[in-house]
Amino acid sequence: MITASQKPINEIIELVEPYKKVLILGCGTCVKTCFSGGEDEVAVLASALRLSFKKMVRSIEIEELTIERQCENEFIQEASSGIARNDAVLSLACGAGVQALAKQFLKEVVLPGLNTTFIGIQESPGIFTEECSGCGNCSLAIFGGICPVTRCAKKLLNGPCGGSQKGFCEIDPDTHCAWHLIIERLTTLGQMDNLKTYIPPKNWNTSLSGGPRKLIREDHII
Amino acid sequence: MKTFSHLHENLLQGKFVVTGECGPPRGANKAVIDKKISLLKGYVDAVNVTDNQTAIVRMSSIAASAHLVAAGLEPVMQMVVRDRNRIAIQSDIMGAYSLGIRNILCLSGDHQKFGSQPDAMNVFDIDSVNLVRTVRDMREKGKDMSGFVLDVAPQMFIGAAANPFADPFEYRVIRLAKKIDAGVDFIQTQCIYNIDRFKEWIKRANDEGLTERVYILGGVTPLRSAGMARYMNNKVAGMDVPSDIIKRMDGIGKKNQADEGIKICLETIEVLKELTGVHGVHIMAIEWEEAVAKIVEQAGLK
Repeated sequence: MITASQKPINEIIELVEPYKKVLILGCGTCVKTCFSGGEDEVAVLASALRLSFKKMVRSIEIEELTIERQCENEFIQEASSGIARNDAVLSLACGAGVQALAKQFLKEVVLPGLNTTFIGIQESPGIFTEECSGCGNCSLAIFGGICPVTRCAKKLLNGPCGGSQKGFCEIDPDTHCAWHLIIERLTTLGQMDNLKTYIPPKNWNTSLSGGPRKLIREDHII
Repeated sequence: MKTFSHLHENLLQGKFVVTGECGPPRGANKAVIDKKISLLKGYVDAVNVTDNQTAIVRMSSIAASAHLVAAGLEPVMQMVVRDRNRIAIQSDIMGAYSLGIRNILCLSGDHQKFGSQPDAMNVFDIDSVNLVRTVRDMREKGKDMSGFVLDVAPQMFIGAAANPFADPFEYRVIRLAKKIDAGVDFIQTQCIYNIDRFKEWIKRANDEGLTERVYILGGVTPLRSAGMARYMNNKVAGMDVPSDIIKRMDGIGKKNQADEGIKICLETIEVLKELTGVHGVHIMAIEWEEAVAKIVEQAGLK
């Protein structure tokens, strides 16, 4: 999933302050799963904002709505009347959702309520970890299903740096050394020979270095 | 056989070499470099010039190395892949060679999180193994990474680091082999305090025949105080200072701790001299260049 976390309330207040009527628009897929942008979070944020504005003796009208996915036009349409009724939309979606709204509603103000963080998983209840950078050229097969591009702080492809100790990364004692995990797993799989292989410089052309990327499916173009 | 630098020549002749270290200043003051040169010249075969070590911004390693060249002290220019993409890396290698720099040490680099500007973006376009290969291909094939034939291709003596004290231990020798395959000529190790572990590592490297394919310089850093020993053990990534060393430093009055640190360093060098597969010593006297002359003289390495 794409993970995100809610912006600090003071930053959100500053964002919505210029507007009298604001729609808080939740997204019911990834950000709901990571507890930052689903129905529940929309409701909590709406209450917090109402209370804050009341304390500031300022009036603001807040409407709440959550749609299935803000990154798909089909679902976005469900929000069109709500968006039309308000001065601004505070989107609790990832950056793709916010931009999809902005593309659909050219004259409406769309504000981000979340900071999009990464592509990851819920490793254990309440703990989300980054797993994929979307580099466009997956090498997980040689690394035993553990990505050094994403999970090694130095993106090393030919083995661990000198800072790996007792299985943890030098930058943070709570972060596993990706290379330690790779070595453990390849040992279990009997595939340590993979690591003797020289890995050439990565072609970053398929990642963000090549500019904004596009996925084209000719068979689906109408 | 063609030699690429004086360091290379000394190693070829079978001399037990000594390299030192010079950290460039946090600023543009050449006088700092000049002072370090005067403390090291005549005592070491070459001097590593660090590249924004611990991710703290300093005078560039290339410029400081060029000052050493001008002063007749041979530099080992350190280069990290943290701050440059492959375009800048190749360009800097060519520039360095044109300035008379003949040794390069290829490193990943300390993560910027430890530095003075942790908000910086890192690069890590290529890793240190690929940096080694890049310098090797320039030297052996005369080509840059795109395969373009260079007018004058840099011919450098290529070094890399190895940390026998990092985990997973089992992989450390595989990684060494990988660096040798990539084209590394010499290795400088992380500071050695845990002699038993170093012996185990060098034994495995000997068994694999690796020490016949690469020169190994054992890294040593004289401890200035018991506090420094504890700090290095607890705070410096990839460092292993055994508790008996810390106890030994603790047991000495503050005034004499620096002397004890030098004593420990000399004892380590004595062990290294006798070990098969060790071809020299790399003395990293961090901001304590005065200690180098003393160590070199007392170790009988001058």
